[in-house]
Amino acid sequence: MICVEGVSHSIGKTEILHDISVEIPKGKVTALVGPNGAGKSTLLSLIGRLMPLQSGRISVDGADTVQTPSRDLARLMAILSQTNTLGSRLRVRELVAFGRWPHHQGRPTAEDVQQVNDALVALDLIALGDRFLEALSGGQRQRAFIAMALAQGADWLLLDEPLAALDMAFARRIMAQLVTLRAAGRSVVVVVHDINHAAVWADHIVAMKAGRIAAEGPPQAVCTSKVLGDIYGMDLRVTEIDGKPLVLHHL
Amino acid sequence: MRPTLILIGLLMPLTAASLLIGAAGIGMTGLFSDPHMALIMTVSRLPRTLAVILTGAALAVAGVVMQQMVRNRFVEPGTTGTAESAALGLLAVTLIAPEAPIWIKMVVASLAAMAGTALFLQLIRRLPPREFLLVPVVGLILSGVLGAVVTFIGWQTDLLQLISIWLMTGEFSGVIAGRYELLWLAAGAAALAWFAADQFSILSLGRETTTGLGLNPDAVMRLGLVVVSVVTALVIVTVGMIPFVGLVVPNIVARRMGDNLRRTLPVTAAGGATLVLACDILGRLVRFPYEVPVGTILGVVGSAIFLWLLYREPSGG
Ligand SMILES: Nc1ncnc2c1ncn2[C@@H]1O[C@H](COP(=O)(O)OP(=O)(O)O)[C@@H](O)[C@H]1O
Ligand SMILES: [Mg+2]
Repeated sequence: MICVEGVSHSIGKTEILHDISVEIPKGKVTALVGPNGAGKSTLLSLIGRLMPLQSGRISVDGADTVQTPSRDLARLMAILSQTNTLGSRLRVRELVAFGRWPHHQGRPTAEDVQQVNDALVALDLIALGDRFLEALSGGQRQRAFIAMALAQGADWLLLDEPLAALDMAFARRIMAQLVTLRAAGRSVVVVVHDINHAAVWADHIVAMKAGRIAAEGPPQAVCTSKVLGDIYGMDLRVTEIDGKPLVLHHL
Repeated sequence: MRPTLILIGLLMPLTAASLLIGAAGIGMTGLFSDPHMALIMTVSRLPRTLAVILTGAALAVAGVVMQQMVRNRFVEPGTTGTAESAALGLLAVTLIAPEAPIWIKMVVASLAAMAGTALFLQLIRRLPPREFLLVPVVGLILSGVLGAVVTFIGWQTDLLQLISIWLMTGEFSGVIAGRYELLWLAAGAAALAWFAADQFSILSLGRETTTGLGLNPDAVMRLGLVVVSVVTALVIVTVGMIPFVGLVVPNIVARRMGDNLRRTLPVTAAGGATLVLACDILGRLVRFPYEVPVGTILGVVGSAIFLWLLYREPSGG
């Protein structure tokens, strides 16, 4: 379980997270949703100890993210940030292989090679393995970064808008992939832009608005026209297909 | 594999040529029978050749480490204030304690180089991330300012000639046995970079990814700072700065092989050694039996290669 208690965060003088407390269940796929600027990326980065925690407490499976050595946390959780700019020329396979660094610290074993290969297969990147990342499309590059996080093989996978830049086939495939991970006993927190990916694939939804938790619960509870309409400030119709809520936000 | 083979194929004949070329003729046959020739070989030619190889390799490695640290291809220790601050430290110790042993000078120059490079790193952290050309510009400005300070002090104290060797026209003609061995330390610092190669590659993925993989980006930065500063300071103390090696060699290697340093660092080191050795031999031949400093030769050759690199598309491979 990820436990966030009383977390506030300011950048300069503006407070962008206001005293957030939330629990994210273990062994589930949790979707983090909310309008632009709600603070989803900030919260995810704080959980992933990518930014210093200013106040409050965060623990992942009981490990305090401030006290626990970063190296141990890297085996407990893998995090993919929203923006991944490349500072160097790497091939897809080389990038994905760096995901295994926390396990081998420079001396990869057969197990590490196998995990990298599995991640490449999972994201259909085998054919692109020897290509330089800069010679890929945005979506292909995004898949490479997801594969890197996947290869890290951590209990927790935190992904910030992994579906950005992906075509609908890959978007669905990745959500399905996350559900497979859950079956393998891992836990996932994923920021999604399109509410329907959350509605259809997630077990649990945490919705944020303006730096606060606006709603949380199973998709059926969160994906109602009332709740979502309030959060996004628009009129929405919600229908049901195969027992799952589907938000008609296009019309 | 192929770049390594090509470089070894180039480096071996160049090494042989470097051992044989010079004002005093040396023949293969005389080497073992003529004591005078043997003396020239062990006191002058061999040390010089080793000095060139060590310098070239270490500077190229320092260049690529610097580039990974700042995530920018257009910098090298000679354009980020590192060399100038090392010279400033060296100048200070020369003026304050002229009798100080060489290792003291080396330590002072290294510490000064670290301070100057740390200042550069602080300055560029504040730059907007998209303006990647500002990074080399800030480096050049810092180099210019520090260089002006060094020149001013040097002018006031009649040490300008020394300074011009430190900062511009490094050369190997003065290298003899007993006066180049510090360069082994520079090579040692470069070797240290090889052991941390993965960490530098990860650092170039950004601070967030580095943290996410359980590494402390600041610690990796400090390690890089030590490598870059020690290499630069030692090269300046022993032979003087040699421009462009740290810039063009890593760029050429990255184009062909990418930036996975674990794989590319040996090639970068061999490439740096080859380039400097070739230029040193050229410098000995253009006005034989006089010598043109290798720094001057590289100023010309290096800028030509750099322009060529700028205008050529990278290979996709
Ligand atoms: N570096 C920054 N400086 C100032 N404000 C920022 C900075 N980064 C993010 N913010 C603000 O913090 C809020 C939350 O951002 P973020 O967590 O990225 O939102 P989300 O991921 O939900 O779209 C936004 O209002 C954004 O404008
Ligand atoms: Mg975001």
